[in-house]
Amino acid sequence: MSMHGRPSAAELAEAVQEFLRTELMPALEGRLQFHTRVAANVLGIIQRELQQTGAQEQHAARLSALGAGDDADLAARIRAGEFDDRLPELVTSLRQDAVARVLVANPAYLVESDRR
Amino acid sequence: MTTDAPLDQRLADLLREVLADPAAQVRGVRQLSGGASRETWAFELVPGSGAARTLVLRRDPPLAPRPELMALEARATEAAAAAGVPEPAIVASGSDPDVLGAPFIISKFVPGETLARRILRDDAYAQIRPHLAAQCGDLLARIHSVPLDSVPGLASADPLQRSREGLDTLGWSSPTLELALRWLERTRPPASGHAMVHGDFRNGNLIVGPEGVRAVLDWEVVHAGDPMEDLGWLCVRAWRFGSDLPVGGFGTREQLFEAYAQTSGTKVDPEVVRWWEVLGTMRWGIGCMVQAERHLRGTTRSVELAAIGRRVCEQEYDVLLVLDELLGEAT
Repeated sequence: MSMHGRPSAAELAEAVQEFLRTELMPALEGRLQFHTRVAANVLGIIQRELQQTGAQEQHAARLSALGAGDDADLAARIRAGEFDDRLPELVTSLRQDAVARVLVANPAYLVESDRR
Repeated sequence: MTTDAPLDQRLADLLREVLADPAAQVRGVRQLSGGASRETWAFELVPGSGAARTLVLRRDPPLAPRPELMALEARATEAAAAAGVPEPAIVASGSDPDVLGAPFIISKFVPGETLARRILRDDAYAQIRPHLAAQCGDLLARIHSVPLDSVPGLASADPLQRSREGLDTLGWSSPTLELALRWLERTRPPASGHAMVHGDFRNGNLIVGPEGVRAVLDWEVVHAGDPMEDLGWLCVRAWRFGSDLPVGGFGTREQLFEAYAQTSGTKVDPEVVRWWEVLGTMRWGIGCMVQAERHLRGTTRSVELAAIGRRVCEQEYDVLLVLDELLGEAT
């Protein structure tokens, strides 16, 4: 439990989302309504990112299994052709990584088999 | 005519002259969208005699005019219209900032739907949906049939080179987009031709009515290049808006390719279009980074631009879906 207690940061983000969707959006139209929807979606991203557990560690473990220090290092090695003969392994690892990020950014975007 | 007069007055002055109708009036000027690249306005033109009609003004942001590009867009749409592509008729266009403050095109308003989600879900479009992919194939073949010398000024750039520069300039370090670029470089097919390429032909840039496509919009990135680029772009997963159908969310690749072949007389190689689909997906990923940077660097602070930064991972995911599938086919 965080020293800040409840509501947690995720719960606060959720509360603001609910306010934007149920109270503010119906009172608006056009561009303002659209941008309010975007703002609510952004709070959804924040909420899911705060609630995601273990993703950072799994990301680091995947990088280390590929022998890379960080994303920039991995990108440079890919560019240099170091993974040309290990494509299936690389694609599998990168896909797991991408799924973890889309689960936060926009879970509905994933194909059925990647949704948890 | 003064340069600091309100927009409705300047529009009225211009249209009275262009239409030779000294009694014409302009009413209800409203901005539909704006931003760093292009403003869109709508208004009513009330002629001296006859019924009022709605016109659309597209104008560069006065602080970021691109006169050559606006003129090129006007030439490209007129050439496409001559090739049988439905285009909103241009009423007036010009590059002189003294007229409306920035380069502009005024065209007739075409009623219909541009929102992809409505086109893909509303009952009004249920009858036409199964035919849209074939219509797109026909329209793309017509765009690609435009003689290049009839549209002077079309730029031609190596798309991989541009993406390389984009990734390096942005410095976001995406292993997946780096992999996409590496794969594209190693599997690049020979060119399928050299034609006028729309560059952003997709669900969202088409005005659709219950009977089909009424207009092809947004020629901001028209250029000369490989015609298969447009077909691949239309198949990019981001434009499917949750549908399982690969072409714009409304049709199959077979429908698109068959109609394209019928109008153009050129058979389509699905593997080549797949390559361009991966390229398009990578480019949209880079495009998302560019848009987010506009917010992050303070060029245009906007929650919408900030949010687009978190869509990069969707494009990375889509690249990996295709590569996963292709690797599976290879083994």
